[in-house]
Order: sequence, then structure tokens, then C-alpha cells
Amino acid sequence: MNDIIQYVNDYLAYVLQYQHEIWRAIGETFIMVGISIAAAIILGLPVGTLLFLCRKGQQYENRLLFSILNALVNVIRSFPFLLLVVAMIPVTRWIVGTSLGTVAAAVPLSVVAVAYYSRLVEQSLLEVPKEVMEAAASMGASTIQMIFKFLYVEARSGLALGLTTSTISFISYSTVMGIVGGGGVGDFAIRYGYQRFEEEIMTFTIIIMIILVQSIQFAGNLASRLLDKRKV
Amino acid sequence: MISLQEVSKSFGNGTDRYLAIDAVSLDIEEGSIHGIIGASGAGKSTLLRIMNVLERPDAGKVSVNGRELTALGGRELREARRSIGMIFQLFQLVSNRTVWGNVSLPLELAKVPKAVRAERVQEVLRFVGLEDKAKSYPAQLSGGQKQRVAIARALANSPTVLLCDEPTSSLDPRTTADILDVLRHINRTLGVTIVIVSHEMDVVNGICDHVSVMEDGRLTRTYRNSQQDGVVPQDTGTPTNGAGETGGLGLL
Repeated sequence: MNDIIQYVNDYLAYVLQYQHEIWRAIGETFIMVGISIAAAIILGLPVGTLLFLCRKGQQYENRLLFSILNALVNVIRSFPFLLLVVAMIPVTRWIVGTSLGTVAAAVPLSVVAVAYYSRLVEQSLLEVPKEVMEAAASMGASTIQMIFKFLYVEARSGLALGLTTSTISFISYSTVMGIVGGGGVGDFAIRYGYQRFEEEIMTFTIIIMIILVQSIQFAGNLASRLLDKRKV
Repeated sequence: MISLQEVSKSFGNGTDRYLAIDAVSLDIEEGSIHGIIGASGAGKSTLLRIMNVLERPDAGKVSVNGRELTALGGRELREARRSIGMIFQLFQLVSNRTVWGNVSLPLELAKVPKAVRAERVQEVLRFVGLEDKAKSYPAQLSGGQKQRVAIARALANSPTVLLCDEPTSSLDPRTTADILDVLRHINRTLGVTIVIVSHEMDVVNGICDHVSVMEDGRLTRTYRNSQQDGVVPQDTGTPTNGAGETGGLGLL
């Protein structure tokens, strides 16, 4: 027993000498993931809604627009993420003025975030019964009213769950951002844990990631359950 | 009041194309309760959806309250629809909104100020007897209660017409009678013109003062129903294809 306590103490003492770097890495991860969540909501939600509305058999069926958006989303999602980051360097430089650093790293991450979340939005909206849209039309709802007062209201628990899944994926994507100096928890684990053979640092980082992902999933599930009034 | 002139509607493409509504003409009197009865697939629901142009007919004219809806589009059509309430077989409530939230929806869409809205929601909920359920969600209600909420929602904008698509077909006989009472009450006290589509003879004969029979996309006859008490009238006349209002044909 004493051995275990001794071991844990040593372990923590060892890890905590990097306290400063760890906090910094967590902060960088939050910035990158935070920006991509914002992008997912601001751009991914409308793109997903357009994908849904332009689909065959839907109210605003539009083959051309659907095909373009659909292909775009698929292309972005087919890229191995590392290659997307590299391929996007000119675009990143054009948007934020530099291709290095945490904010620059958030650019390719946001692009993937938009593509990823728009797909999940499309799926959630497809689950809304068509009859609800018919009721909306019979009440004289405009397109915007139909989207905000009917579609999103009925799909809200799915939208929340989709955002949870997306957030966790963004965290995973963000771990390779060391390649463009984005930092973050993953980069920290690779540089200190892997490249400097400090196993303790690697395991500690993994524990942080597990706690982070578990908490996000828990919060997402809870939110989705509280939002869902479709069944008693 | 509601006037359909030679409306036709077909669905599908190429060889799959079929005529759902075949040159139907019909006039529905102001303040009446008009039933449309027929087997499933006869086109009743499509005909009802043509009345508020949820389905746009391929040919023909639809007028409600003297306004030709088929000539309208976009904003004008949406505004015209606000004076035409509609209820459905499966209620079609927004399940993530409370009873109050559902009834307030059409008022929100019409951008009615909040204070007026609150008063009106209270009023229509009292009318259908569901004031105490204002904070419940649809999933917590029985079928009959859900249909009452749907009726309250349809009435919120003070419509002149109420379109009912199989309003009692997913309800048990007792609840059916309750809902029919509510509809009759709306017609008598508020003077709302009601159109009911149903495949249940009892429902139509029990409440409607005029009945149209639909078969294969055509109205085969329309008659005045003098005894709105569930007695099935005998058909003695010859079918009149798409002839519209034919008075007391087959009855009296």
C-alpha cells in the first residue's frame, strides 16, 4: 500500500514539474477546438441545413446545389487530415497572415469541423417527421421561420449530440497540430512523452484526454436528454 | 367561401404518372360543415391540401374568402394561409414545444406582439378546455388532448376556415365524439367554415351539413345532409362526375 502511495507521489511530482507547459497545452487545445466548434455552428449548421433542404424530395429540392455541397463535404472529409493541413497552408496564410501557431492551426481544423458537423446536421434534420414541415407550411411559415421554429426545435437533441461527437473528433484532430506549431495537448504528449521518452508525461496526457472526452460526452448526453421532450 | 374550379393534380413522372384529382369543381358555403368522404387513395386528402394550396393544382382555380389562392405565391400565399386553419390525423404538433408553445406558434409566425399573444393563447386553450395543460409537452397528453391542442393551434389566428384531414381517424369512438363536439361548437359559436375529410361514414354524417363523395380523384356526388345524427343516407341519384354542388341529390 505504502509503495503505491509512494509511486503516485513520485509520479505526480515528476509530472508537475511540467505544470506550466501542461496548462499551456490545454489552453492551446481549447483555443483550437473552441474556434472549430464556433465554425461548426456558424457555418456547419447552415451548410447541413442546405444539404437537407436541397435533397431529393425535400421542399427546396435543388440537384445542382446539393451535388456541389455534397461533393465539397465529401472531398474535405476524404483528405487525410495531415495532408489537408499542409495543403491549406496558403489559404491559412491568406486568412490569418501566418501559417504557424495556434490560431493558424485552427483554420484547417475549422474547415474539417464545418464539413463534419454539416453531415451530422443533415442526418439529424432527416429524422424530423415530414408532417411537422407540412404543419409549418399550413400555418404560413416562411422558410426562415420553418427552419428556426420547427426544424431546429424538433431536431435539437440530435443537433446537440452531433456537436458533442464533433467536438470529440476535433480534439482528436487537434493532436497533430504540432506540425504547424499549433501546440495543444497532443503536441505536448508527442514532444515530451514520445520524443524525450518521458513515459510518465505520455500516460498523464492520455489520462487528461480521457477525462476531457468523458466529461464532454457526459455533458452532451445530459444536454441532449434535457432537450428532448419527444417521449415522456 | 371556398371555391374549386376544375382543379386537377397528378403525381409522378412518365409511365408512373397518375391523376390524383380529376377536374374537380366544388363550392363550399360560408358557415357550413362540409364533409368529403371516400376510400383511401380516392384523393380526399390531396383535395383538402389543394384548398390551402399545400398542393398546387396543375390546372384550375382555388378561391377562399373571395381571394384566388392559385394566383398567389410567396408572402401573399403565406398570409392567406393564416386565415385557414388546418388539423391532421396525427396532430402534427411540435413535440419539443409545450402545449402553450404550440398554440402560440401561428401567432409568433404572424409576429403578433407578446402580450396579445399570451392573451389569445389563454383564450383558445380555455375554448378547447386545456388551460391546465399549458405547460405539458405533447408526449404527456392523450390522443384526444393532442387533437384539442391542434385545434387550439389552428384557431389561434382566428381563421375563417378550418380544414380537417381525418381528424378522428386515430382516436377511439368516445374521443371521436368529443372532438366532433368541439368542431361543431367552433362552427356554431365562431361561425368558422369547416371542411372534414374522412373515410368514416359516421363521422361525416354525424356532423356535416353537406357531404361530397369522392372516388378515383372525382367527386361523384354532393348532397345536403339533413339529419346530422349518424344516419347513413341512401343513394338514389346517378353519379355526377365532378359536377360539384348538386343540392339535395340522393337525399330528402
